[in-house]
Amino acid sequence: MPREKIKLDMKLESLSILDSEGNVDEALDPKLSDADLRRLFKAMVTARRFDERLLKLQRQGRIGTYGPCLGQEAASLGPAFVLQKDDWLVPSFRETAAMLWRGWPMDKIILWWGGNEEGSSVPEGVNDLPICVPVASQVLHAGGVAWGCKLKGTQNVAIGFCGDGGTSEGDFHEGMNCAGVYQLPLVMVIQNNHWAISLPREKQTAAKTIAQKAAAYGFDGIQVDGNDILAMVSATQEAVAKARAGGGPTLIEAVTYRIGVHTTADDPKKYRTEEQVECWKPKDPLVRFWKYLKKRKVLDEKARDLIEEEATADINAAIERAEGYQPDPAAPFQHCFATMPPYLKTQLNEFHAYMAENGEGEPETGSDARELTRNH
Amino acid sequence: MAQLTMVKALNLALREALLEDNRTLIIGEDVGPDEGVFRVTEGLWKEFGENRVIDTPVAESAIAGLAVGLCMNGFKPICEMQFSGFGYHAFHQIENHVARFRNRTRGRYTMSMVIRMPYGAGIRAIEHHSESREAIWAHLPGLKVVIPSGPRNARALLRASILDPDPVIFYEPKASYRAFREEVPDEPETMPIGKAQVVRSGSDLTIVSYGASMRPTLDAAEELAEEHGIDAEVIDLLTVAPMDSETINASVRKTGRAVIVHEAPRSCGPGAEVISRIVESSLMYLEAPIKRVTGYDLTMPFFALEKYYMPDVKKVVSAAREVVSF
Repeated sequence: MPREKIKLDMKLESLSILDSEGNVDEALDPKLSDADLRRLFKAMVTARRFDERLLKLQRQGRIGTYGPCLGQEAASLGPAFVLQKDDWLVPSFRETAAMLWRGWPMDKIILWWGGNEEGSSVPEGVNDLPICVPVASQVLHAGGVAWGCKLKGTQNVAIGFCGDGGTSEGDFHEGMNCAGVYQLPLVMVIQNNHWAISLPREKQTAAKTIAQKAAAYGFDGIQVDGNDILAMVSATQEAVAKARAGGGPTLIEAVTYRIGVHTTADDPKKYRTEEQVECWKPKDPLVRFWKYLKKRKVLDEKARDLIEEEATADINAAIERAEGYQPDPAAPFQHCFATMPPYLKTQLNEFHAYMAENGEGEPETGSDARELTRNH
Repeated sequence: MAQLTMVKALNLALREALLEDNRTLIIGEDVGPDEGVFRVTEGLWKEFGENRVIDTPVAESAIAGLAVGLCMNGFKPICEMQFSGFGYHAFHQIENHVARFRNRTRGRYTMSMVIRMPYGAGIRAIEHHSESREAIWAHLPGLKVVIPSGPRNARALLRASILDPDPVIFYEPKASYRAFREEVPDEPETMPIGKAQVVRSGSDLTIVSYGASMRPTLDAAEELAEEHGIDAEVIDLLTVAPMDSETINASVRKTGRAVIVHEAPRSCGPGAEVISRIVESSLMYLEAPIKRVTGYDLTMPFFALEKYYMPDVKKVVSAAREVVSF
C-alpha cells in the first residue's frame, strides 16, 4: 500500500472581524441591529463594572475568594447573545458576562461568591447550570443537557464553557468524544485566556491550537479572536444553526487573555511579567467595541455616561440586596434529599439544640476564618 | 408468580420502568445488542430501541456526567457501571455533582438517577472484578446505597430506586446473580428504601448482614439452631445508606448480642456504622462485645484465594458462638 496523507474532512478555520482599532471586515460583519449593538455594549460595560466591584468586595472582606473576568467579557457574552431563552448555557466560573445576559440577578452572583448556595439556585426561567468549580466537569453536563434536547427533538442547543486548562482534563476528552459519537447539539466554547493559574498555554498542550482538537472527535473547530464580540457572535451563530439543524457539535476556541489574577488568592507576579500583560491591553474587547460604535455613530459619550450611571446604580442595589440576605443555618438539612431520613432528622434535632443553647453567637471554630482565606 | 434468578428479576424491574415512564433511559457499556455482560438488560434494546437503551463509549465518567445533564433536562437515567471496579472513574462526577446538585441548587435541579454496579467476589473473576466498596459510596452525603440479596427484593428495590427522587447507588451482588431462584410476583412491587428486614426471628443474638453474605449468614443460623441450640435473629440491611437504626436497635435490645457479616474490608466498613448505631442507642442492653465477620483489611486476592478471604458459614458460626458464650 502506498504511503499517503490521510485527508480529514473536518473544518479548521480562524476568524476575526472587529480589530483593536474598531475597524470591521465588512464581508464578515454579522450585521447586528443598532439596538442589539447597544444592548451588547451596555451588557459589556455592566459586566466590566460588576467585575471590578466584586474584586473590591473581596478586598473588603465582604465576599470570599473571587475569580475575575477582566478582558474576557466578549468571549462569553457573544455566545450567550445567540441563544434563545429555552436553550441551555453551561458555565465554568469565568462567564459572568454571559450569566448576566441570561438573566442571573447580580445579587445571586454576589451571594455565590459570598458563600451561599442561594447563589447557585438557578432562577426560574433561566435554563442554565450554576457556576461549576471542578475543572471541566461541566463539559459532560453540557453534553447531557444537549443530549436531552436531541432526544426530545426540540431543536434546542446547549453552549458549554471551559478554559484552556480544562481541555487537559479527562472529562473534556470524554465529553467531546461523546458529543461527536452522538452528534449532540452542543457548542463548546473554550476560553483560551493563556493561563491555567500559573501554567501558560504552551505548557498545557503541545497542540498548535485548541480548535484542532475537534478533529480528533470528528467535528469542526474554529479559532476566534475572543476579544472580538462580532466574531464571537458570528462563529456562535453558525455553530448554533448547524446544531439546531442536526449537524452536531462545534468547538470554538476563543483566544483571549486573563488580564487579572486567576483568583484573588493568586499572585501572578510569581510566574509572569507586567510586559506580557501590557501587550494584551490594547486588544481589550470593550475598548475596541467602543471605538467601533462611536465610529458608526451607534452611541456617543452622553449615551455611554448614562450606561455607566445605570450600571453603577444596578450594582449598588444588588450589593445591598445581597448583603441583606440571611442564610438559614438549618437549610442544608432540608436539601440533602427530597425526604429527610430518620438519622439525619436526629442530627437536625441535635443541631437545633446546639443553636438554641448557643443563641446568637458565631460558632467558635478555633481559627480566624479570614486569616485562612488570606493565606490560601 | 414466576421463579426467577436475580438477573431475571432485575431485568423485569428495568422493563417495567421503561414501559411505565418515557423519561427512563438505560445508559452503559454493552447494554444494547450485547444485552449487558451479565445479561441484566436482555431483550430491552430489542424492545425499546437505541434511544432508550444506549451503548456508550468506554467512558465511565461520561456515563455519570452525561446522566447529570440528562436529569436536568427531564430524563431519568438508569446508568450501569459494567463492574463496580470501573465505577471509580465516575467517582468524581458522582461525589462532586450527582450527590450535590439538589443541595447546590436548593432543589431547582435534582438527580433522580440510579447507578447500578455489579460488586463482590465468588465468581472467580479476574483482578478488579471482585471488590466491595459500598462503604465509600455510603459515606457520601446526598447518595443512597441499596444492596439487594435475592431476586424478589432485587426487583422491588430496583423499582423503588428508580422511582426515588434522589440518586441511588444500586450495588448488585454478582455472586447471587444466578445462584438461586425465588418466587417473584408478576405485579410490580416495591420495598421502602432505608428499611432493613428481619428475615429470621430469634432470641439469642442478632446477626446483621446484606448482599451475597446473606446466604452464608442464613445457612449459619440454621447450623447454629440445629447443632448448637443457638436461636439467631437475622437482619438483612437491604439499604446501607440511609441505615435503618430502628430495626437494628429493636433487635439488639431484645437479644443483647450482635454479629455483623460483610465481605467489605473490616476497618471503616459498614459494620463499623452498625456498631456505632447500636452503641449510641442500646449500650446498656449489650451482654457481649460485638463481633464483625468481614473481609480482611486487604485488597481482595486474585480468585485462586478468594474463598479464604470471604465470610463463610464456619466464620459466622464461630463468631456467633463466641458472642453467645461471652
